[in-house]
Amino acid sequence: MEEPLISFRDVWKIYGEGEARVNALAGIDLSIDRGEFVAIMGPSGSGKSTAMNIIGCLDTPSSGFYRFGGVDAGNLDRDRRALLRNLYIGFVFQGYNLLPRTTAAENVELPLIYRGIASAERRERAMLALAQVGLKGRERHTPAELSGGQQQRVAIARAIASRPTLLVADEPTGNLDTARSHEIMGLLTDLNDKLGLTIIMVTHEADVAAYARRTVSFLDGRVASDLTNLEAA
Amino acid sequence: MLFETVKLALRSVRRNALRSFLTLLGIVIGVAAVIAMITIGSGTTEKVKGDISKLGSNLLVVRPGRPPIPGSGPEPVVRQLDEKDVNALVRHLEGARAVAPASQKTVRIVYGTESLAASVTGTDNGYFVARDWKIVSGREFSESELRGGAAICIIGSTVRQQFFGSGDPEGSSIRVGRVSCRVIGLLESKGFSGFGQDQDNLVVMPLKTFQRRIGGNRDIQNIYVSAEDGTPTSELQSRIEDVLRDARRIPPDRDDDFGVRDMTQIADAMTSATTAMTGMLGALAGVSLLVGGIGIMNIMLVSVTERTREIGIRLAIGAHERHILVQFLVEATVLSLLGGLIGIAIGLTLAGIASIVLQIPFVPSLLVILLAVGFSALIGMVFGFFPALRGARLDPIEALRRE
Repeated sequence: MEEPLISFRDVWKIYGEGEARVNALAGIDLSIDRGEFVAIMGPSGSGKSTAMNIIGCLDTPSSGFYRFGGVDAGNLDRDRRALLRNLYIGFVFQGYNLLPRTTAAENVELPLIYRGIASAERRERAMLALAQVGLKGRERHTPAELSGGQQQRVAIARAIASRPTLLVADEPTGNLDTARSHEIMGLLTDLNDKLGLTIIMVTHEADVAAYARRTVSFLDGRVASDLTNLEAA
Repeated sequence: MLFETVKLALRSVRRNALRSFLTLLGIVIGVAAVIAMITIGSGTTEKVKGDISKLGSNLLVVRPGRPPIPGSGPEPVVRQLDEKDVNALVRHLEGARAVAPASQKTVRIVYGTESLAASVTGTDNGYFVARDWKIVSGREFSESELRGGAAICIIGSTVRQQFFGSGDPEGSSIRVGRVSCRVIGLLESKGFSGFGQDQDNLVVMPLKTFQRRIGGNRDIQNIYVSAEDGTPTSELQSRIEDVLRDARRIPPDRDDDFGVRDMTQIADAMTSATTAMTGMLGALAGVSLLVGGIGIMNIMLVSVTERTREIGIRLAIGAHERHILVQFLVEATVLSLLGGLIGIAIGLTLAGIASIVLQIPFVPSLLVILLAVGFSALIGMVFGFFPALRGARLDPIEALRRE
């Protein structure tokens, strides 16, 4: 059997010491396979953001093992984790996090610059990614000239331009109205279907989570439930 | 990658045009000040050097009386130099290319209806050698004219310009004081001295003529001695002292009653003084460069704080620490380098204007310009390093959370 893409084994994340000690994650075991579309839910303080940071290789566990694609990502240094993010992980945030006063195309090219790809190929890949998210013709617009939904599409284009294995989405529809939310979720589902992109998404909206095939709920730093979404599947 | 970073930095400089300009200003002023000061300073040194070489090369000047000691009260009665001293030097001094007695007075010169006050020097032909004057037309004094005290003169270009324009002055008679003198020659032009004197406003006549008809006594004010090539002026100076002590019969236990001034020494002293001055002005201007550097550091810190979120995004999507470090370092360097280039342009312009106004040569130094470029880039790197490191060390999670 193939090793899962994401694998948590007794992962703890502890902040502070003594009286102020907080167990953000209290012994998590979790596996996610390639090609899955997982929604992570839970109230604030449940540890879901901490888990996402570790999954996205932005943070490391205090103890336990985190393996990403067979690599012991929980024990890598900053630069190695940066490399891992650059090569295999795309990020989509609630607040879009595009560079201001920078065109859509330039925003999408950014991760490719850090990968050292030549400018002609970068341009080509950025154009392709923007077309994939339905923003053909908006390449030269800056974030200020785009709607929220369009900005989130640029962010998705940026995340997929580097052809990652994993897309980490933190409340991707949090700033959007219902119609825009469904559009974005449709796009993500599409990417999961057509590209086989593994997607892990944090959300607190049940109708958004319903797009995923599996819902993992966190409570007090533990996995409270792990359900396959029969409707979406 | 570096090219990309430079492009990125330039874009960021453009995006914050006003802030970038204000930051640049510190470096611009600093570099402009350094360049202007050093260029003007070197020009002044050149000018002083030129002026002193115009006084005559390897020149020693003998004057009567001891060199005055400041605060020693009224000068004692001075025993003048005389013909015997000159003859002794001519006969016994070795290593001298020329020995020329000279007396001077400023006198009104009249020709037709025009007149001007000029310096009149009574001397002999050695003067032209010792003081490095060339006769561009006409001739020197003849032996008989010198001995007989003939009423003849050689004039400088200012005098010629005043009376004859560009016409030929030779053979005309001008009135020098109360003497009518025939012009027999014209001196080449030397221009203004470093002390703002018109060196060409002069009339040269035989010493005898001067003593009898202008000075009214037989005194000799100066004896100019120029050293032969290969004879150090310091050595010639002590030989002159020996010959003159002998000629003037000064007992060994008495001090000299004359002084020998070495113009080469004065030249060296003045050159080193202006060089030191240039260095000092440059250093002072350098302080303003330092202040400019601190301005860069300040603005880069602001920039890093302001762009925390941007740094977070970049780190999240795979920028390494060193990418962020290089980005901000390059930005600071580009900023200060840009300031340096503008500063050089302004500094050279200022120095150019100053050289016209002050009538000094314009001597831009490539070395100084290269140093200024290098130094401003260095300032950007040094003062940009700390803010850049701060940006690079940010925790991406924290940085993304920041609004």
